[in-house]
Amino acid sequence: MALLQIAEPGMTTAPHQHRLAVGIDLGTTNSLVATVRSGLAVVLDDESGHSLLPSVVRYCASGDVEVGYAAQAAQNSDPHNAIASVKRFMGRGIADIDDIASLPYRFVDAPGMVQLKTAAGVKSPVEVSAEILKVLRQRAEAALGGELVGAVITVPAYFDDAQRQATKDAAQLAGLNVLRLLNEPTAAAIAYGLDNASEGVYAVYDLGGGTFDISILKLSRGVFEVLSTNGDSALGGDDFDQRIFCWIVEQGRFAPLSAGDMRMLLTKARDAKEALTEHTDVRVTAVLSTGEMMDATLTQAAFNAMTAGLVNKTLAPTRKALRDAGLAVDEVKGVVMVGGSTRMPCIRHAVAGLFKQTPLTNLDPDKVVALGAAMQADVLAGNRAGDDWLLLDVIPLSLGLETMGGLTEKVIPRNTTIPTARAQEFTTFKDGQTAMSVHVLQGERELASDCRSLARFELRGIPPMVAGAARIRVTFQVDADGLLSVAAREQSSGVEASVQVKPSYGLADDDITRMLKDAFTHAKDDMYTRALNEQIVDAQGLIAATRAAMTEDAALLDEAEIVAIEASIAALENLMAGTDHKAIKRGIEALNAATTEFAQRRMDQNVRRAMAGQKLETFG
Amino acid sequence: MDFSQTHFELFGLPQSYALDRDRLDTAYRELQNTVHPDRFAAQPEAEQRVAMQWATQVNEAYQTLKHAVNRGVYLLKLQGIDAFDAANTKMAPAFLMQQMEWREAIEDARAAKNAAALDALSDDLRAAHRRIEAQLAELIDTAHDFAAASEAVRQLRFMDKLIAEVGDVYEELES
Repeated sequence: MALLQIAEPGMTTAPHQHRLAVGIDLGTTNSLVATVRSGLAVVLDDESGHSLLPSVVRYCASGDVEVGYAAQAAQNSDPHNAIASVKRFMGRGIADIDDIASLPYRFVDAPGMVQLKTAAGVKSPVEVSAEILKVLRQRAEAALGGELVGAVITVPAYFDDAQRQATKDAAQLAGLNVLRLLNEPTAAAIAYGLDNASEGVYAVYDLGGGTFDISILKLSRGVFEVLSTNGDSALGGDDFDQRIFCWIVEQGRFAPLSAGDMRMLLTKARDAKEALTEHTDVRVTAVLSTGEMMDATLTQAAFNAMTAGLVNKTLAPTRKALRDAGLAVDEVKGVVMVGGSTRMPCIRHAVAGLFKQTPLTNLDPDKVVALGAAMQADVLAGNRAGDDWLLLDVIPLSLGLETMGGLTEKVIPRNTTIPTARAQEFTTFKDGQTAMSVHVLQGERELASDCRSLARFELRGIPPMVAGAARIRVTFQVDADGLLSVAAREQSSGVEASVQVKPSYGLADDDITRMLKDAFTHAKDDMYTRALNEQIVDAQGLIAATRAAMTEDAALLDEAEIVAIEASIAALENLMAGTDHKAIKRGIEALNAATTEFAQRRMDQNVRRAMAGQKLETFG
Repeated sequence: MDFSQTHFELFGLPQSYALDRDRLDTAYRELQNTVHPDRFAAQPEAEQRVAMQWATQVNEAYQTLKHAVNRGVYLLKLQGIDAFDAANTKMAPAFLMQQMEWREAIEDARAAKNAAALDALSDDLRAAHRRIEAQLAELIDTAHDFAAASEAVRQLRFMDKLIAEVGDVYEELES
């Protein structure tokens, strides 16, 4: 593999400079940021020594925004404006949120994603998440003493495209360069796998505050290959709290609750759940603002009984993931427990029962995802020197299109390794049809209406033909972040029309630009200066990388090609002397375009070298 | 990227149905180690784009060769034969009879909620699947009987569907 380290040098003028990169676990309940320091992954604490940042954001009428413990403390007194568990609303419409009636927030129905009405105006879950990410970014920059080159942000493996896109948008809004969206169980596997230098098949059972994931991975010679994944993106510790909450309301025979009392009882419920991890029973007392009271004891047995259904809801996807991987329980070498909710004895017991082995809990289940993400960020930033591991992840849910009669046609099945691309051909069903509507879906169900709608777009300008004569090729491409783009093209007559779509649940680029503007008019940061600096840094990196590649692989270019690339570099350098960040961006794009063919040749050469080594190994 | 290269050539494997799975896996890992976008995350966009195209192609090739039905379809396609051509749907009556019996057995196990019967059935189906794979290797690699191979590929796809149906019943019994 040492042969292949052609790409490393050149991005910075000082090639051995450590590039600051972090891993962020953007959790339902808590969020964390971690980095690799002197080869070791560490979670970064705030000034008071807290490593967890409660994922709670409070919008005050003054325009101030509180994030973390302060916001969490204000939940009971200011329930409408102190927003917790916002991750559950990412990429979700109002109809997707089951327990909307028992949540204290003022939801606003909006196309695509639900929004929240606060004292500081209507906020999208993307904006709320961005506030959490901003705090973590500032924490990291303060701790590391410099600007970050990028971050790996973790997402539940079972997040669909809309939820992933929303997460990436939030990171962008927080001013983070996203190196990769990484699935949480996979991140945990890195932290565990590299610690234990393991080989074989592992299951990662990840029950967080609001999401459940199960991933089956094969570890072999530094490659983490995800064989299958499954889960429930609306199941987590919050649901266990909810069961205790209902029990409290029942015990106290409480009348309909105020938002503040509701929040207070939810906090009581969570405290009781946590106490039951260590004790066989817990006394729960509460006094409402109306003077109503309750005082009762909750036993672990009663808790287990009221949550047995929830535990079972995690076991069915687990069995399914095993079946999808084509594996029996006894082929699984180890089971890794991730997420704070796996501290519950009932969960550990159920998982041990299913896999017939004691699950691994030696790493802190709250921190393991952030640590793994930090390790991956270190690799992606190019800080490691050749002993890298490789992740091969999958899409969790099938991607497809709506066909005649409202049915789903799967184009990419679930558990397909990413990046991946598939094309499917369709035709017109009416004579002279000149437009075709494309409806992109995600899910396993047969009816389009039962799947998640990701995007709709129209392909226009199809030349009029008899029904069935047009050939419309729809191409799905899923990138290494697990994000989908779709293109359609009519090709029977040589007339081409194509359109690129972004899922409708994500924010449009215009929205992001607007929100960035909003964010920066209130801050000292000058957006324009920042944008200019970013473009100049990007341009410098690109020129250095291009020069390094040209020195290394001059043999792959002829004289005219060298002249053309040099001209693009000179043009970009000229633009960098000015102050127009948009012009610099165009210069960067031009240089990228001018070097595409060169990049292809370099890659071909890498592949030839790799496969030559491969054959020697095989036959030698 | 050389699009005239076959998937077998890409992985440095002989063009045959019989597959050395370890060699395929090793070559796949080696190639992904070389071309995967994670190796280029800190590189210019042009290199990232090329990496994504390559990694996509390597994944596609790997999925095609790894999978019993897809590998058969692909090998026949290299011979200019479409195994699922609408005009070419011949299927031995004995196989169709067997299909119906299996389907009834799945239905019986489902109705009786009999997981043990399902386990036994699942083993039978997998054994039959392996038998057809062995036949297919013989037909393609030795006999070069591509018409018979097309039929075997179609049978294998039937088997995959049955195995998937058994999975659905397991899921139903568990819920």
